[in-house]
Amino acid sequence: MSDVRFKPVADHALLVEFASEISDEVNRTVIALDHTITKAQIKGVQEVIPALVNLLAVFDPLQTNHAQVEAAVRALLPVAPARDEEAMHHTVDVCYDEGFSPDLVAVAKACNMSEEAVIAAHSTALYRVGMYGFAPGYAYLSGVPKAIQVPRKTAPVRDIPAGSVMIAGPQCLATTIVMPTGWSIIGHTPAKIMTGNPDRPFLFEVGDTISFNRIRREAL
Amino acid sequence: MSSARLRVVHAGPLVSIQDGGRFGQMRFGVSASGPMDRISFAIANTALGQPETATGIEVSLGGLVLECKQGAVSFAVAGGGFSVDCAGNKSTSWTVQTLHEGQKLNIRGSVWGSWAYVAFAGVLKANTWLGSTATHSMSGFGGGALQSGQDIEIEDARVANDRLGDLPCPAFAKPDGTALVVTGPQDHHFAQSSVETFLSSPYKFTDAFDRMGVRLNGPELHLSEALSIPSEPILRGSVQVAGDGVPTVLLADHQTTGGYPKVATVISSDLDRLSQMRAQDSIKFVAVSPGQAVAMARSEAQTRRVYLDDLAKPRPSLNERLLRENLIGGVVSGADE
Repeated sequence: MSDVRFKPVADHALLVEFASEISDEVNRTVIALDHTITKAQIKGVQEVIPALVNLLAVFDPLQTNHAQVEAAVRALLPVAPARDEEAMHHTVDVCYDEGFSPDLVAVAKACNMSEEAVIAAHSTALYRVGMYGFAPGYAYLSGVPKAIQVPRKTAPVRDIPAGSVMIAGPQCLATTIVMPTGWSIIGHTPAKIMTGNPDRPFLFEVGDTISFNRIRREAL
Repeated sequence: MSSARLRVVHAGPLVSIQDGGRFGQMRFGVSASGPMDRISFAIANTALGQPETATGIEVSLGGLVLECKQGAVSFAVAGGGFSVDCAGNKSTSWTVQTLHEGQKLNIRGSVWGSWAYVAFAGVLKANTWLGSTATHSMSGFGGGALQSGQDIEIEDARVANDRLGDLPCPAFAKPDGTALVVTGPQDHHFAQSSVETFLSSPYKFTDAFDRMGVRLNGPELHLSEALSIPSEPILRGSVQVAGDGVPTVLLADHQTTGGYPKVATVISSDLDRLSQMRAQDSIKFVAVSPGQAVAMARSEAQTRRVYLDDLAKPRPSLNERLLRENLIGGVVSGADE
């Protein structure tokens, strides 16, 4: 990773970018640097926000500045991409039954597959938390199998309930609050990604691996 | 300990419970929230001798009417040029008064500003989420939006006679029509002429303005090539440009990531007064280097500290309270304790 780019943001943040294009390798490198920076406790750095190809280090401008944070981060490079074996694995229940999967028929049709085959593909793949973003607890999971990748809808649908399991392109997401979305909803999970536990308020860390376990409506 | 119970007779839209903010959770998709104008909020609390981040109420232009049903409590109002009517005693924002049982407090938008803050001498009881009472408007988590008809309770309510009187509105709390920015982090994706346009043209606030951000009206900004960038972290103050070329400044309840390129980011010390602007108000963005931005953050912090430290001192006599404006204005006087 020789071409790491550093971009100052306002008076109190530094964007550290590994690539312009999303890849599994790049995201794993971001996650590794996130862990390394957090452990290093760089003076004045208050918060690190990992994303798909970059991370943002937010700092207190009264204690440090862009150049000092950049030097401290450079000193931690290079980092080896994070490996799944070092991450926590979670199994998350999903009900794909009728009434909980309003877009399953459309996804099956678009992919030229049966609904059962879509469910089988979705529920047997291994996913990884690439980042959280947008709204509280919205964990963006990479790993949707190519056979069931569908684009976003052209117009968002309103009032999608919390717990909806939805896909768009290579990404999968389980919603935590009622929101509009253009993603395809293929199931529902009873899992609480916002746990309510103050010691671990969010179920996943960025970099954790996830697999889904199919349940029927009776088990919800 | 005594408590005061206040009835929310009227709360306009976007009137909400806030504290200093919910920090350190952006990695889980949670923006900090907290007051849109953080310094005015800190001033309201400090004027009562409270911690700067104690829970208070953010009042929008929709206004707020409270009626004291039980007890008595001193309160401070800071932020903007709102009108304040406490049981017929009329003033503007920047005042400390006491609300007694049976009295009403009416706060409405007036001369300038979009947000006013009410702090109480006591502890405003509110729901917490992730250790903070700040309302996250997208989810409603935290203390929440105030609803007409609900009651709020102030525990350990005090009447703070050594705090009563008007406060000076500091110059740094007023919008001055400019905002300093550091360009980027995607300025290189914009046509050079578009970055120059952004930095040389006045933009107007539109009424698409809430706690998540404000859409601007002005010359469209064009990317040098059509692109979508991978979703990346966003900060309060990010100026993102959607496909239609229209810039939006993201504010207290911003989404934490997004895929629109950002032409610039407003420096943190300019965000408070920027948030006090209104639809149709005009703003010019002025670029500074990252080093200048840090220097500005440090000097602004120093200016604010001097003001807040002076405000934190109780002023037992009327004479001393009357002198406050001069003292904070920098006039050296032996009357200062």
